Amino acid sequence: MGQYLLRRVLIAVPSLLGISLILFIVLALAPGDPFSDLATNPNVPPEVGLALRAKFGLDDPIYLRYLHWLVAMAQGDWGFSFVSRVNVDTLILQRLPTTLYVIGSSQLLALLIAIPVGVYAATRPYSIFDQIANTFAFIGFSLPTFFTGILFILIFSIRLDWLPFVYTTDIKASGARWLLEELRQAIMPIMVLGLFQAASMTRFVRSAMLDVIRLDYITTARAKGIGQARVMIKHVMRNAMIPVVTLIALQIPAVFGGAIVTEQIFRIPGIGSLLITSILANDTPVVMAVTFVFACLVVFFNLIADVLYGWLDPRISLR
Amino acid sequence: MDGLTLASRSVERRGYSPWHEGWRRFRRHRLAVVSTVLFAVLIVAVVAGPFVWRVSINDIDFTARLQGPTWSHPFGTDDLGQDILARMIYGGRISLAVGLAAMTVSVVVGTLIGALAGMSRGALGHALMWLTDLFLSLPQLPLLLLLIYLFRDGLKAVFGPEVGIFILIVVVIGGLRWMPVARLVRAQFLSLREKEFVEAARALGASPMRQIVRHILPNALGPVIIAGTIDVAAAIIAESTLSFLGLGFPPDTPTWGRLLYDAKDYLDIAAHWALFPGGAIFIAVVAINFIGDGLRDALDARRVI
Repeated sequence: MGQYLLRRVLIAVPSLLGISLILFIVLALAPGDPFSDLATNPNVPPEVGLALRAKFGLDDPIYLRYLHWLVAMAQGDWGFSFVSRVNVDTLILQRLPTTLYVIGSSQLLALLIAIPVGVYAATRPYSIFDQIANTFAFIGFSLPTFFTGILFILIFSIRLDWLPFVYTTDIKASGARWLLEELRQAIMPIMVLGLFQAASMTRFVRSAMLDVIRLDYITTARAKGIGQARVMIKHVMRNAMIPVVTLIALQIPAVFGGAIVTEQIFRIPGIGSLLITSILANDTPVVMAVTFVFACLVVFFNLIADVLYGWLDPRISLR
Repeated sequence: MDGLTLASRSVERRGYSPWHEGWRRFRRHRLAVVSTVLFAVLIVAVVAGPFVWRVSINDIDFTARLQGPTWSHPFGTDDLGQDILARMIYGGRISLAVGLAAMTVSVVVGTLIGALAGMSRGALGHALMWLTDLFLSLPQLPLLLLLIYLFRDGLKAVFGPEVGIFILIVVVIGGLRWMPVARLVRAQFLSLREKEFVEAARALGASPMRQIVRHILPNALGPVIIAGTIDVAAAIIAESTLSFLGLGFPPDTPTWGRLLYDAKDYLDIAAHWALFPGGAIFIAVVAINFIGDGLRDALDARRVI
């Protein structure tokens, strides 16, 4: 297992490098540069502008610029935001926990819905329950998160007036009331993201379960007289989860996309809304850093999926 | 198992062909048939709509601000008194065109890369698959936003605001969605290229190009068509998401996502403004997904259930 883990980590490094290279090339190919304002600003003499360009290495060949950027990123020197004049890493670290909290809880919710529903649907394929679950799953992943968000706001905030639709970090209350408010404002974003994920996960779980149920060793287990619930949970589910983990890992980029949209709708101060506001404000260092953080998170969660994979299927870590 | 009985029965049935069989299986998926009709109606509506509904998309009428559905404005009006039905017809053309064009890009790129990776036996195949996996682990929406943020102004200057953004969005969405197609095509090629009929073609002296185009590709097409269908839905969602975040088409181009973006600040007084475009996106996406599901039943011979 240890060796397997090490190998997985070593595989993650080149893909991180590859992603950073893609990001850097995109930035380098893009028209315009951060010092274009200096060139047009009459208060800055041209030679000062040129000196600044030389100082920040903007005239260096591209591979040197990439290396500089990479080394700086690795050392934690992510530059400072043009707009808020704060170091990018402090800005991101302030907001990352909120994003992780929302994404984490919504994934948990999705699993809590998808596994029981998918397993139960697979034990009775083509029953009424299965058909209803399937239809809901279809509707669920065809509803884009931004529309579900708006529908939720319409129903729960405007019509019923149950939940607040703007997320605040400074709730003016303490103790149990604070906790209650915190939960109330998190319900809608987590539901929006979680239900969207649950929809596709349910389908994965169901079809993976159906693939395993047909196998001979399940018939053997049943023939030995093991009860239905035990066969399903101990024998079918463990093996069915292996492809599900892969499929969930493939969904992770989409989860982050959904998180950006949800954060924007409910004005959650996470890194997704930071990305949007920085794009609208032309704040290039923040945009680059946030995109890179998203990429790192995707690679990191893929790594977790790989570890889970090795735990679920010991044959893989032996290979 | 099923295939054997079908093959023997097909002797009696006249006019049997794989397409025929596919259509027969597609028809059995009732929701897919309904969805096909629905999607066709949607396309006819956005293509022929402006000839029937002759209200201009930017007629400002302050006496009719934020009205709910009425006879003169079936889908209501927005904050400037513009007719939402007319704007949705116009926006639907863009949204559906983006979906179809981006799907074409992703299918063409995916098929090319998948075919190359499937046919090459050396380092090229490995390198291409590594690239595919790398692209799969890219955070798509952030990257999409980044690319649009960086290249928007340049393309706007060259092609004009609407065409420039259209090209950019189509290329970027298509360029970030080819990976599943590439994987499918590669997997198909890997198994098909070893089949006897390809070997026979090779023995008869068919060039690699002819083997691919005449023999392997037609047999690998089923999964590609299914993936392509799903891609249309994904591209429509991606475009609407961009517009919804305010980073898609220019503000005066009312795509469905843009309408939602404009409507989200008036939810309490003009819910219809958000519900109609949102519903349109949902119907388009659900219909396409069901069509894809029906096509899976029709074209994926291995799936027996």
